[in-house]
This record gives sequence, C-alpha cells and structure tokens, in this order.
Amino acid sequence: MAFNTETMVINMGPQHPSTHGVLQLILELDGEVVQKATPHIGFLHRGTEKLSEYRTYHQIIPLTDRLDYLAPMSNNLGYVLAVEKLLGITDKIPERAKVIRVLMNELTRLKSHLVWMACHALDIGAMTVFLYCFREREDITDIYEKVSGARMTSNYFRVGGLSADLPDGLEKDIRDFAESMPGHIETYEGLLTGNRIWQKRTIGVGHISAEAAIDIGITGPSLRASGVDWDLRRDNPYSGYEDYDFEVPVFEEGDTFARYKARLDEMRQASLIVLQALDKLKPGPILADCPKVVLPPKQDVVETIEGLIHHFKIVTEGFSPEPGEVYQGVEAPKGELGFYLVSDGSPKPLRMKVRPPSFVNLQGLPQMVEGKFLADVVAVIGTLDIVLGEIDR
Amino acid sequence: MSDQAIVEKLKAKFSSAVLDVVEHRGETTVTIEKERIVEVCTFMRDDLGYNFLCDLCGVDYLGKLTPRFMVVYNLYNITTKQRIRIKVPVAEENANVDTVSTVWGTANWHERECWDLMGISFNGHPDLRRILMPADWEGHPLRKDYPLQGPDREPYQGRLS
Amino acid sequence: MGIEQPKTLGSGFVVTSLDKLVNWSRASSMWPLTFGLACCAIEMMATGAARFDLDRMGILFRASPRQSDVLIIAGTVTKKMVPVIKVLYEQMPEPKYVIAMGACACSGGIFDTYSVVQGVDEEIPVDVYIPGCPPRPEGLLYGLMKLQEKIRAERNTFGAVIGIGEVIHHPA
Repeated sequence: MAFNTETMVINMGPQHPSTHGVLQLILELDGEVVQKATPHIGFLHRGTEKLSEYRTYHQIIPLTDRLDYLAPMSNNLGYVLAVEKLLGITDKIPERAKVIRVLMNELTRLKSHLVWMACHALDIGAMTVFLYCFREREDITDIYEKVSGARMTSNYFRVGGLSADLPDGLEKDIRDFAESMPGHIETYEGLLTGNRIWQKRTIGVGHISAEAAIDIGITGPSLRASGVDWDLRRDNPYSGYEDYDFEVPVFEEGDTFARYKARLDEMRQASLIVLQALDKLKPGPILADCPKVVLPPKQDVVETIEGLIHHFKIVTEGFSPEPGEVYQGVEAPKGELGFYLVSDGSPKPLRMKVRPPSFVNLQGLPQMVEGKFLADVVAVIGTLDIVLGEIDR
Repeated sequence: MSDQAIVEKLKAKFSSAVLDVVEHRGETTVTIEKERIVEVCTFMRDDLGYNFLCDLCGVDYLGKLTPRFMVVYNLYNITTKQRIRIKVPVAEENANVDTVSTVWGTANWHERECWDLMGISFNGHPDLRRILMPADWEGHPLRKDYPLQGPDREPYQGRLS
Repeated sequence: MGIEQPKTLGSGFVVTSLDKLVNWSRASSMWPLTFGLACCAIEMMATGAARFDLDRMGILFRASPRQSDVLIIAGTVTKKMVPVIKVLYEQMPEPKYVIAMGACACSGGIFDTYSVVQGVDEEIPVDVYIPGCPPRPEGLLYGLMKLQEKIRAERNTFGAVIGIGEVIHHPA
C-alpha cells in the first residue's frame, strides 16, 4: 500500500512573535522541510513617500525617523545628506556637525545591532541575551534623550547641521558607555558564540553565496558575511568618514553564524569610531552658514532681525532647490539606505524614493530557507535583521 | 573610468537610443529609449561592471513633462565604487517597460512595487502582483492625481499637509 | 490567668465581595498579546525588558490570543492590517481589553494618508488611549495602571460570569 503524501501550507504571521513585526510568510512544507516560502509584506504601508510629496524638505525629517525605527538617526543622516547634495551645500557643513553626526550614527548602529541580537537570540531560545542587550540599549536611549529629547524618534539632524548642540557633560557619558561596550560584547559572546545550541542553530543555516547576494541586492553586514568587501562608509565616504580609522569585518562563510560574527565585529568597530569621534570633537558652529536654506542659530533668531526673517521664511515657506535629482546612499546598520530625491524647483520634493535595505534583503529569504527545516526560518528571519517600518514605508 | 567615458561607451554602442545625458551635483543621468532598456542594462552589467542595481522606481511628472512617467534605475559598480543613473520615459497610455529582473534578481520586488504604487507594468515579469497594497486595492497611490487621503475620505481640516 | 491567646489563626475566613475578588485577580494578571505593529512595539519590548520589567506587575506577554486578556495596539494600523486585528480581537476570550498605544493607534498620528486607519477605535472598542510618538515606557506603565483601575471599578463581574446580568463598566 502506497502512502499518500502531500505538502502542507502553513501561515506564519502577521502576528507571530518571531517575524519581527507584521511580516507574513506562506510556507509550503513537506514534513519539516520548507518547499516554498512566499513573503507577504505591506501590512505597515503608511504612505511615507506620498506624504513627503506634500511636505517641505524640513518637515520630512520626522517622517524618516519612523522608517527604520531601530536606527532613526541613520535615516535622518541619509535624508539630510541627500537634501544637502540637492542644494549643493555638502562641503559647507561645519566640522563639529559632521563629527556629531558620525558619533550619533555609530551609536545608532550599536542601538540597532543590540535590538537585532536581542531578538535573534530570543527567537532561537536565549532569553538572557535579550535582557542584557536591552539593558545596554537603554543607555543609548538615555543618550538619545539628552541629545534630541526623544528616546527613539530623534528628529535631530537638520539640513545644514544639527537641531541643537550636545548638552554639557554628555561627552563623558558617551565615552564611558563606548569604553564599556567591548566588555558587554564579550559577555554576549560568552553566552552565545561557544554555545552548542547556538552553533547548531546558526552554522550552515541560511547560506547564501556572494554572487546570489549581489544579484538579489543584499547589502550591509549580510553581504559582508558572504565575502563581499563593500562598506559605503569606507568606499563612498560621507560626513567625514574618510578621517576615521576602522576596519570592515568580512567573513566568507555566508551563513547565519558568519552574519552574527560580522555584526558583533561591527559593534566593536562602532564603539571605536565613537571614541575617535569624541577625540575629534572641537568647539565650533553646528549649522552651515547658508542663510537662505539653513535655519539660523537660535540665538540669532532671538537677537537679530535677519535671523528672525530667515527662520520665518524657512519654517513657513521652506526652500526651493533648483530642479534636478540626486541619490545618496549611506551605510545604515542594515545595509545601504538610499534616498532618491527629485526636485522640480518647488519647496516640496516631486518624488522621494527610499531605498530600504530590509526590503531588498528580505527578497533573499525564500532562497535561504527553501529546502531547509521549518525551525531555520525563524533563525533566518532573525539574521536578516529586517524592520517592517522601512520595508513597507 | 570616469562617468564621461562610460557615457561615451554607451553612446558608441547605442547611439540612437541615448536620448539625453545630464550631470547634476556630480551625478550622471542617462536617459534612453525604453525599448532598449534590457539591452542597455545587460551591457552595463557585463561590459561596464555595474553589477549592482541599488534602486528602481517610477517618477510621475504629471503636467510637467511628456511622456508622463520616468522609470529610474540607480546602478552601482562594486569594483570601482561608482554610481550612474539610467532613466526611461514611459507614456501614460502605454505604461509598460520590459522587465530587468532577468538582469538583476533584485528588480523583481522593485518592479512589483513600481507597478503597485505607480501603475507602470513590466513586460515579462515573473510575478507581477501588488506588493504593498492589499490585492483588491483600486488605483495606484503614488500617482500625482491620486489624493493623499485616498479617494473616499475628506482630509482632516486642521492638517499641515 | 485572663484570656488565653489562640495558638493558631484557626479555620478563619475573609469577607469581601465576589466582585472585588474577581476584579483583583483580573487586574493583577493582565496578560497582553505579543503583538507589535510599528515603532511603539519597540518601546513595548523595552517596557518588558530589564529596566522597566513588566513582569513585576504580573503582566506577562503571551504569544497566543487565546491566552491573553489585553490587546496592546502598538503602532500604525493600516487598512491591510485591519482584518488581522479583528480576527485576533475575536479570538481573545472574554473579558478582554484593548489599549491603543501611541498617536497612530489613537488617531492615525502623523500619517494622514490613504492607507492608514485614522485610529483603531474605528474598528474595535478601545479602553485606554496612550498618547506619544512613541509613548515612553513610563507612559505604557501608566496606561496599564489606568486599565487596572478601570478593571477594579467594574461591578457585577462575578454575576456576569455565572449568567446573571451584564458587567457594569461605569458604575455611577
């Protein structure tokens, strides 16, 4: 008597603790083996791109916070760099603003990677790492709060500089934190790297080759773990990254364990960059001297009539870049975050397209899980480090 | 190889298809005929080394340009770390382009998104479905003639935008 | 010599109303569903993690709607997501409560667009609204405490369970 076998279709998400938000996967299973995986996205599509066509350039900055809400300042940075390029004021940004941007951007990288590690480890079954990582993340949210006034949605960078200078005494807090971070990373490594369960769940799981990764468009640590040595901070430097001394960790294996190690090393490098940025921090202006497009310092708004007029004009009318289009890519914690802006000469962009790294990286998921076990799907979702806010926009 | 050299090579190979070359803020944009897009992209990837498609999107120039749409391809060369942008004009009445998902796999979802939000269809695409909006949604929200709040709702009166 | 002290408390009893007992137990073990939609979900996770520690209030996240009492709508509700939220809400056993966390869940927030539902209360009833974008963990804690107050103020909770009358949510 022949057994009648058929595949089974199961639905994973949108409400599932390990889909990291509202991702839905339709999985076709043959026993425990995934035959076909189809991601369904769009459950968090908020219309950010359409909304930004109705706002002036400055009013869009808070919208970018909410794209990749684990790394708001990276989004802020990508966006303001794109607008600065569109205006042609890239080389007028004062040194202090550039250094603080790098400083906050690397803290953001740490913040994002901490949430990645917390969730990734929790999905695979390590609860303690979640609590440890969120403990350190709280320290970064405290720094965020002191700098920008908000724990998560920072809205800190401005076209031409920053919204405010660092508060007094914060440099010491940041230095203490950055110096303690390598020790914390050792703790996480002690909990995970040598752990046999962790190794069984990650080594060889979700493998992707360098050619396939480039074809799919995977960027960031996921690509570097497949052996492609490409980091926008070093290769197309922006905001003064060429002046920093850091290494780009590259691994050849292309599996979940390699991506884990790549991100861990990236966290170590990020804390080193934070320390370098603190050393570079010199007193000076934080806003570029371009009164037609850059908000004047607050003191001038209160004390001078020109400052008040410029402030009023920029806040109410905005500024109009000359017609043209630019693309600016930055190395966000998840990969290449790109902003493509088209100006038609009006104070609102004709089109703002975000190139979200998670959106593109998620495309690799079917290739990484098909033919593998169902339990590996959870590990692969974790290792891709997706954020639905920027996938769906 | 500088951007000018790349453009010269493109012109030498596809002289009639290159409609326009613009440089703005140090970025080169090449506009080509939409019939030749797959050929051009294959040439860019194989002969000029632009092996990475960063982004693909549609832009709606309603009332500003004819033809109405542009499909924009942002390319990157991982070896030389250079960027270049290719655009194809697409008319409203005949809003379709040949798919480049055969050249770069990443174009698959980008083209689905462009179809979903902008209503430009891609000939030969393996799986052209809506991606962000629900499957039964009507209209293409990123078109300029689609209201921000949707067709069935009045905007909130105290709004900023 | 005088009155003898009792050696034990004896087989004593406590007098309280059944309502108070039921409300006390409900308010002390509110189990929310692990259900994050957007940015607010991260703050919800932070509230559950080391520094704020929801567990000390008897609030444990459950991954299944069948085991949970509270649905925290943490994030933007889109039109595509509404059917899913309704199914989750209907799967939860009574008594069930809904918290709208953050500006988007309360009113649509800054996303006044074609795809966003302008407040989750257009679709399901909401008990507590927490403003903020996103609310701080303290804000979520305060919202949960407000919900506890609300539960404690309910009347006829025991009667409703055994089929006599309805729960009175807002006693005069």
